Amino acid sequence: MESMNGLIYALASLGAFALCAGIVLAIAQKIFHIEGDPMIDNVDALLPQTQCGQCGYPGCKPYATAVAGGEAEVNHCVPGGERTMLQIADLMGVEPKELEQEASAPMLAFVREDECIGCTLCIKACPVDAIIGAPKQYHTIIADHCTGCTLCVEPCPVDCIDMLVKPELIEHWAWPLPDTKRSQLGHERREQHAGHA
Amino acid sequence: MPAMLRTLAQKLGLMAHTFPGGIHLDMHKLSAAAPIEDAGISPVLILPMKQHIGVPCTSMVKIGDKVLRGQKIAKSEGYLSVPVHASTSGRIVKIEEHAIAHPSGMGMPSIFIEADGDDNRDESLEPITDWRNVDPTILRERARMCGLAGLGGAVFPTFIKLVQDRRFPIETVILNGIECEPYLTTDHRLMVEQASEILDGMAIIMHMVGSSAGIIAIEDNKTDAAESMQEALTNKDGMDGVHIEVLPTRYPQGSEKQLIYTLTGREVPAGKLPMHIGVLCQNVGTTKALRDAVILGQTLTERIVTISGDALPRPANLNVRIGTPIRSLFARQGLEDFSNIQVVHGGPMMGERLRHPDIPVVKSTSGILALSQQAINAAHTVENPCIRCGHCSEACPASLVPNLLADLCRSDQLEKAEDYQLFDCIECGACSYVCPSNIPLVHYFRYGKGQISLARREQVFAEASRQRSEGRDTRIERENAEKAARRSRVRKTHAPKPAAEPTTEAAASTDTGSTTHPDTKPTPEEKS
Amino acid sequence: MSLIMLSSPHAHGGDSIRLMMFTVVLALLPAAAVSIYLFGWLAFLLIVSCMLSALLTEAVCLKMMKRPLSTLLDNSAALTGLFLALTLPATTPWWMAVLGSVFAIILGKQVYGGLGHNIFNPALSARVILLISFPLSMTTWIMPMSSAAPALNLFDFSTCATIFFHGTNALLTSSHLSLDAITMASPLGHIKTEATLGVPIADALNAYDYSYLDAFLGFEAGSIGETSALALFIGGIFLLARHSITWHIPFAYIGTVLLLAAIFNQVAPDQFATPMFHLFAGGLILCAFFMATDPVSSPVTPVGQIVFGVGCGVITWSIRSFGGYPEGAMFSVLLMNCAVPLIDHYFRPRVYGHHVDDQDMGKS
Repeated sequence: MESMNGLIYALASLGAFALCAGIVLAIAQKIFHIEGDPMIDNVDALLPQTQCGQCGYPGCKPYATAVAGGEAEVNHCVPGGERTMLQIADLMGVEPKELEQEASAPMLAFVREDECIGCTLCIKACPVDAIIGAPKQYHTIIADHCTGCTLCVEPCPVDCIDMLVKPELIEHWAWPLPDTKRSQLGHERREQHAGHA
Repeated sequence: MPAMLRTLAQKLGLMAHTFPGGIHLDMHKLSAAAPIEDAGISPVLILPMKQHIGVPCTSMVKIGDKVLRGQKIAKSEGYLSVPVHASTSGRIVKIEEHAIAHPSGMGMPSIFIEADGDDNRDESLEPITDWRNVDPTILRERARMCGLAGLGGAVFPTFIKLVQDRRFPIETVILNGIECEPYLTTDHRLMVEQASEILDGMAIIMHMVGSSAGIIAIEDNKTDAAESMQEALTNKDGMDGVHIEVLPTRYPQGSEKQLIYTLTGREVPAGKLPMHIGVLCQNVGTTKALRDAVILGQTLTERIVTISGDALPRPANLNVRIGTPIRSLFARQGLEDFSNIQVVHGGPMMGERLRHPDIPVVKSTSGILALSQQAINAAHTVENPCIRCGHCSEACPASLVPNLLADLCRSDQLEKAEDYQLFDCIECGACSYVCPSNIPLVHYFRYGKGQISLARREQVFAEASRQRSEGRDTRIERENAEKAARRSRVRKTHAPKPAAEPTTEAAASTDTGSTTHPDTKPTPEEKS
Repeated sequence: MSLIMLSSPHAHGGDSIRLMMFTVVLALLPAAAVSIYLFGWLAFLLIVSCMLSALLTEAVCLKMMKRPLSTLLDNSAALTGLFLALTLPATTPWWMAVLGSVFAIILGKQVYGGLGHNIFNPALSARVILLISFPLSMTTWIMPMSSAAPALNLFDFSTCATIFFHGTNALLTSSHLSLDAITMASPLGHIKTEATLGVPIADALNAYDYSYLDAFLGFEAGSIGETSALALFIGGIFLLARHSITWHIPFAYIGTVLLLAAIFNQVAPDQFATPMFHLFAGGLILCAFFMATDPVSSPVTPVGQIVFGVGCGVITWSIRSFGGYPEGAMFSVLLMNCAVPLIDHYFRPRVYGHHVDDQDMGKS
């Protein structure tokens, strides 16, 4: 009989605790309610914002929405490379996946102005408004704004847009990892981990 | 002495303040007794466009131009910048990229001057002998015009520090004659030979910042310099508030923040400048150059360079024109064969190891060293595992924990590395020097710092791109909405007033026109 | 000229792991010499077999992990073997010594990834594994040569070889001695046993014929390397002078034990031993100067090291005074080893220029 009592007390106290916790959680949900899906913005913040569409979505935000919604894999962003993939995987709490395509060196679009016919097609194609010019006038690409997405190359009817490798500035040069076996070993392991997982 | 007891003793006032950590090095001051010699003028001088910390300069000359010594040939393009001057008279022969002392091995656009041998000076700058009655802002402009940058090696534009700010009055001017790097003796020889000129420079600085107290800091391995400075100080009028402090030799005592703490017992708060705690610190070489700029009206065209190293037959202190190729200096001191020799620009603790000796002397060249492989001690090629001995933490003058930081950098845990104050590392190299496992700690920190700055830059760019992209999307949306509205209006009123149609059309066309003028400001390149 | 991109500094002080480990080996020489003086060939055989088997195990591990065998020259495996030998009772048979060394190298070090990655002091973890696996052998203390009338001559090689290779029992059968005739309790073990019988500590020590001088010099029962406080002090001071260790851990550790012992001894002298007794007894000094200061498994920062030392001291004294085991120095170091990452995280020194509150920033 005594053991029966103990059981009832235990059940009752646990039930009461669960009820209290439930109420607290319900209140907390009301107080700390967040509009929209914060995950989309969080993923979007990790993307390089080239708006290049190489992921198969029309821009960075749509891809972020797809990733946050679980519809897209984390490894589709080409310009972001491995770092971005790892960051997104970490944020989403999923396993990293191998990149489908190696990121190329940062590029820059350049209009050969003497050939430009001023059709404005590239201006309309540029996702970040990095091309200026008016109809029937030469167009110019603002190098500091160009994300190297290549979307302007195809619409050009006279093929006067070149993609150039972005020049490396001595001020932006960064030290690589030391050239010792240990540091290389650590780096290889990280890459392996990212690749196989 | 154990660091904690020392701190305690300092708190109780039993002991003078000294910075934490630090190490004792073999100083190898081979050229300490060698008087400063003039190195002459090289047939071709190579002047890189950027020789300071900050924004690069742009060239003001064309190929074929004749220039005079001291004439400005490249102008500064921003606040944190100082111009570059021709260091002898001659003709501009080319302007192209040339190797500089940079770890990347990348070049820098440089101006090549072919010396005409006359060495005619540009006399356009008036000497200011009566500087005590001249407004400090005029003197400050003089310091900027003359291209002065910290000659201790950091090459921070000098004029920026020489400012009177009512919120942060400078109480103490510190003259840094520590020179704690092994081998280097430029400041040492300058103090021995030109003490009076240095004190003139110091008096100008004190006048400029409105301070009456000054400290001249010298390490106790340079007693002759201290004596020479003391003698000059006794003979100089109007410098009663200045005294000499002889400090026990310890590396990195010459680092600005560490020196300020040792002398004043106050720390420069993270992210602030010494002026925020009322202190100004200047190197003796820079101070002498400031004196020449003000009293003689001379721009910065030469500097003292220690040429030394265990693989060099004749170590010396040379007065060298900026732009002189260092290979010719090595040849002058009897070294022509560079096989099995490592050339270092600056001191062995913080300088850059060069791939080849074909770079010019620049404003930051405090020394050039030819070291044998043994002297370099095969440092940092075989990295052993960290055994957590803690010698690096003991040696760190910024009280960091280098082994943990290096682990974080190696494994790309950069956010955590920042949390462990990676950016407070002054890269003095004390930790790598003492590490029994030969871990290139400073290299890891530089890697970490580089990756963090890279990520920051990318983030700023991505954020700007995102805003432009969003701006474009809303504009397109608005245009589409307007088009739709117009269509529905057209459909509703089948027989509109004839005059109304062109007006809407015109409005629409201006609207579409705006597509070609995105909300970025038009640039001059736009052809009209 | 080398084309490898190398960051400054382009100079090195010349210190190496090999030198550091060798310094510690040198510092242990006095203790090793005393152990041979006290336990004769037994100590010698133990030290040699532990060091050799540690080196051999390390070599096999390196081979299996395809790492260069030159790593053996860093002296760390030899040091681990020496450490382990010095913590063993003189009568430990050869196979137990070898097993301990194998444990120390494999389970204590290599499974974590080799030198620098182990959480626990390898020698101590092996010693504790042995203590738990073979409690009787690990707490049987043979009388040292200095005792008034040693029944055995430990400088006789054949006697020692019998004990070492065939076990103590083999010797007892052949020499018709009883176990009690050649062994004695350690002082800590003695007072622990007597305390359970309710005998006050002072009386227990009188019956044991305990003297502080003997304990200081090492003429008492115990592990071969831990008996002589003098020899260990000499080694410890050598390490401090050579800057191999800093004062923080040993001073904090020993200081804490002394302080706790002094306080409780004042309050209840019958139940709690004197500070001096604690200082010279068991493995306190060996652990404080040599085991707790093992760089790999101790904190990096000075404040962290003090916290670590105090923790070791509290645990050691508590186990000795209240625990089931007579000695707790080894357990305390191992327990505090677990806390090292946490200590390192929370007791970092204040970085230059951060949290400078008491300074006025300019004039308003």
